[in-house]
Amino acid sequence: MKKALPDNIKIIQVPCTGRIETLHLLKPFEEGADGVYVAGCQEDSCQYISGITKAAKRVKQVKGILEGLSIEPERIDVFHMSAGKGQEFVDVADQMVSTVKKLGPILTA
Amino acid sequence: MIVAESKPIKELLEMVKDFKKILVVGCKGCVTVCNVGGAKEAAILASALRISGKKEGLDVTVGEHTLERQCDPEYVNELKDVIEDYDAVISIACGVGPQFLSERYPAKKVFPGVNTKFMGGAVEHGVWAERCAGCGTCAIHLFGGLCPIARCSKSLLNGPCGGSSNGKCEISKEVDCIWDMIVTKMMEQDRLGELIEFRPPKSWTTARDGGPRKMIREELVK
Repeated sequence: MKKALPDNIKIIQVPCTGRIETLHLLKPFEEGADGVYVAGCQEDSCQYISGITKAAKRVKQVKGILEGLSIEPERIDVFHMSAGKGQEFVDVADQMVSTVKKLGPILTA
Repeated sequence: MIVAESKPIKELLEMVKDFKKILVVGCKGCVTVCNVGGAKEAAILASALRISGKKEGLDVTVGEHTLERQCDPEYVNELKDVIEDYDAVISIACGVGPQFLSERYPAKKVFPGVNTKFMGGAVEHGVWAERCAGCGTCAIHLFGGLCPIARCSKSLLNGPCGGSSNGKCEISKEVDCIWDMIVTKMMEQDRLGELIEFRPPKSWTTARDGGPRKMIREELVK
């Protein structure tokens, strides 16, 4: 039987990961998420040439912002996968959930 | 444009740690063009401050507002109804912005959100370089359209120093020797002789050395 996505993952679809702006990555944290990840295409198979590369740069920028806020940068990440590999999509979700659970909630109060 | 870079978020958090109502003010001028102080960046900084407030369990309100320009009183006036709700203001305009806000709203604590770097332009997407030192007496036509004051590490006006090597400056292999470029350009334009013409020393009275500067255009003054 195929594994399903963890219940605590909320998917926000975008036409291309290149559409994701820095603010899009910060807002979930502002609204209470303890982790955010971008699941995009392989670097060499982007239909828009550099969508996932741009997203990866923005993820890196947000890692820096989180560090500045004394929040673990591991709470945000980017993963590359192909659309045909559904199992990988689930595995990555499990991986991210596991990472965030180890870190615990952001809120200290 | 005036080129700036964001201050580290840690530095900003330290600046505003005692305030509960913070307004981030962006500017649609130069700092929008160099992607450091426009509406997008104001939203990013405001979001980061809100996340920090939540993390620390503080009841912090962060607003954001972006003005057409922060270097013109009529636009700065637009804040008068907004700013009342806040006790601290972070301006992410160049160094002019926070000063105009401080002068217009003397009761408010105004903090600079960016470090103003230089006057320059985008040499490629995401890369800016200095082009003007604001000396007050432009003479780039004498140097093939290139400014040795802004672009020579020593601001030399009389040719390259001994540190010029293979077109690069001795301070870094990343820095072009502007005098190498000037000489090459003048040779290409068959104007090399102009460089050995006698010129009196440059007057620096129009530069910052003469103290804070002001410009008055009588035909525009009301």
